[in-house]
Amino acid sequence: MNKVQNNRAWWLILPMLLLVAFSAIIPLMTVVNYSVQDVFDANTRFFTGTEWFKEMLNDPALQAAVLRQFAFSLTVLAIEVPLGIGIALIMPKRGWQASAVLILVTMPLLIPWNVVGSIWQIFTRGDIGLMGWSLRELGYGYNITASPVDAWATIILMDVWHWTPLIALLCYSGLRSIPDAYYQAARIDRASQWAVFRHIQLPKLTNVLVIGVLLRFMHSFMIYAEPFVLTGGGPGSSTTFLSQSLTTMAIGQQDLGPSAAFSLIYFLIILLVSWVFYTAIMNMQKDKKQEGA
Amino acid sequence: MAEIALKSLAHSYLPNPTKPGDYAIREMNHVWQQGGAYALLGPSGCGKSTLLNIISGLLEPSSGEVLFDGERVNSLPPEARNIAQVFQFPVVYDTMTVYDNLAFPLRNVKTPEDRVHERVMEVADALELTPHLKRKAKNLSADEKQKVSMGRGLVRDDVSAILFDEPLTVIDPQLKWKLRRKLKEIHQRFEITMVYVTHDQLEASTFADKIAVMYEGQVVQFGTPRELFEAPNHTFVGYFIGSPGMNFIDVSLRNGRVMAGETELHIGREIAKALQDVRTTNVKLGIRPEFIEVHDTAVEGSMAVDVEHVQDLGTYSILYLKLGETSLKARIEEEQDAPVGKAYLRFPNDRVGLYVDEFRVEVPHE
Repeated sequence: MNKVQNNRAWWLILPMLLLVAFSAIIPLMTVVNYSVQDVFDANTRFFTGTEWFKEMLNDPALQAAVLRQFAFSLTVLAIEVPLGIGIALIMPKRGWQASAVLILVTMPLLIPWNVVGSIWQIFTRGDIGLMGWSLRELGYGYNITASPVDAWATIILMDVWHWTPLIALLCYSGLRSIPDAYYQAARIDRASQWAVFRHIQLPKLTNVLVIGVLLRFMHSFMIYAEPFVLTGGGPGSSTTFLSQSLTTMAIGQQDLGPSAAFSLIYFLIILLVSWVFYTAIMNMQKDKKQEGA
Repeated sequence: MAEIALKSLAHSYLPNPTKPGDYAIREMNHVWQQGGAYALLGPSGCGKSTLLNIISGLLEPSSGEVLFDGERVNSLPPEARNIAQVFQFPVVYDTMTVYDNLAFPLRNVKTPEDRVHERVMEVADALELTPHLKRKAKNLSADEKQKVSMGRGLVRDDVSAILFDEPLTVIDPQLKWKLRRKLKEIHQRFEITMVYVTHDQLEASTFADKIAVMYEGQVVQFGTPRELFEAPNHTFVGYFIGSPGMNFIDVSLRNGRVMAGETELHIGREIAKALQDVRTTNVKLGIRPEFIEVHDTAVEGSMAVDVEHVQDLGTYSILYLKLGETSLKARIEEEQDAPVGKAYLRFPNDRVGLYVDEFRVEVPHE
């Protein structure tokens, strides 16, 4: 076959380029544009260079929010991933029970974020909330508007309730795809339950867990609606996470320059951490470097 | 090390089997002797894998007994049976190295590490896996993975038998041959009973001393490759073994003459004599394409046939023939020229088998 060289073919990628430009590049560039200027009104603006970035990186309130955010994301990951795997392992494999359990497990995932916040807001109230009232009746002075510990624990509990099902579902599908021969071979090899989990199930779950961990990290790092509805970021600023700080700055105070710089930093943190996660997990599967191989 | 006996064993996947067709394994008795190399040969769905899983304990039979050295093991799980099984698709523990994979069955029963090392090195050497010991099993090729699967069966010195469930399905043809020879070598070196399931007659006859042919949940014949070829016990064995399979001719006795439809067959009198006592109408004569004598001209006792088609396969040719209404195949070597249009056949008496209701009946020769 003759291959015809025709550079006009490049025009064919134009529609795609336009689409990507409008969906991603142009909005992002707007943010970049704001992050290096101080804009007063439509006609008055000053170029500020990296000033906003420096200011944001040195802002103690934001530094605290970043630390809080990391603490939160890592805590929920540490709870949700093992718990999700555990739930997937004990979910029934066939019959009507399997379908019933699947539906039950999926339920929290179908509830919109701020509805989740509202549910838990009511659930934890000391006067009419089942959990708040019960804890108080048991003699614990539970109060999420006064105690940072209570607020934190509740937000983490809420996130675990809301998102563990995602990990469980991913792992469930991963477990379903392991051929029976693996379990049979393990029985023949006289492997213990733990060995089956450690050497068959867990390795086969790696791929779904990569997706699960990345999704959960990104999600939880960007969490906004649920804590906003539940605690409003308090008591004090103890549950004020990054998205909420950003919203306050951009919408509440109209500080467009600093918020733009902050948005970019925020975005880069997520990108960097996701990349580190991904690379680390993928590297575990490679052969150790060895001579001649 | 053990002799494995199956006593009136039957298995059905249905809860309440009634007719024979409900059974994956129909009632059977069979003995695999200690140290033998056996093949279990049969088409897909004939119950080979079911039988294997019953022996290894992955399945519990619906009825009958599995005996290891005379001891009933029906309810023992595979872990307690000291048996190894290699599956159709290689099973390796992805995240472990080849060494750890091979050591796995030993470490699971807390074997001392120096003993583990000794066994692993011996098996790795036998399977030519030594250069790969430090690699992760995930990154091996299909045949290397299958060797690791086999190796896990071989490292254990307590195994009574190793069962192979079509282990070479995913292997390239040239490697297949190599691995088969390797297996044979290992069988001789370790003297373990091996049962090898396959649907490939060539694979079965190169590996095994004795072959059990399975058909519709039954072992229809158990014998050496030569016995299966020369005296198939059942019409199925005749079809299945040999390439092309055996010719079967529906026959009946009319006025003392052996007839295939409207054509009289010129064959030994003893067949006609034997036919006199047969009460059923399902009577066939079987003869291998290799054993049919083909002549260009009429000779004494020959039958005229039409040559419909000749298939030249290099070192031999297959003739597609028509004797009256009956289609036959004959095989001639390359030295012999293929006849054109008409040919004359002779069936050597001692090569013709009589099959009544699909099973072979011995005909005394005069």
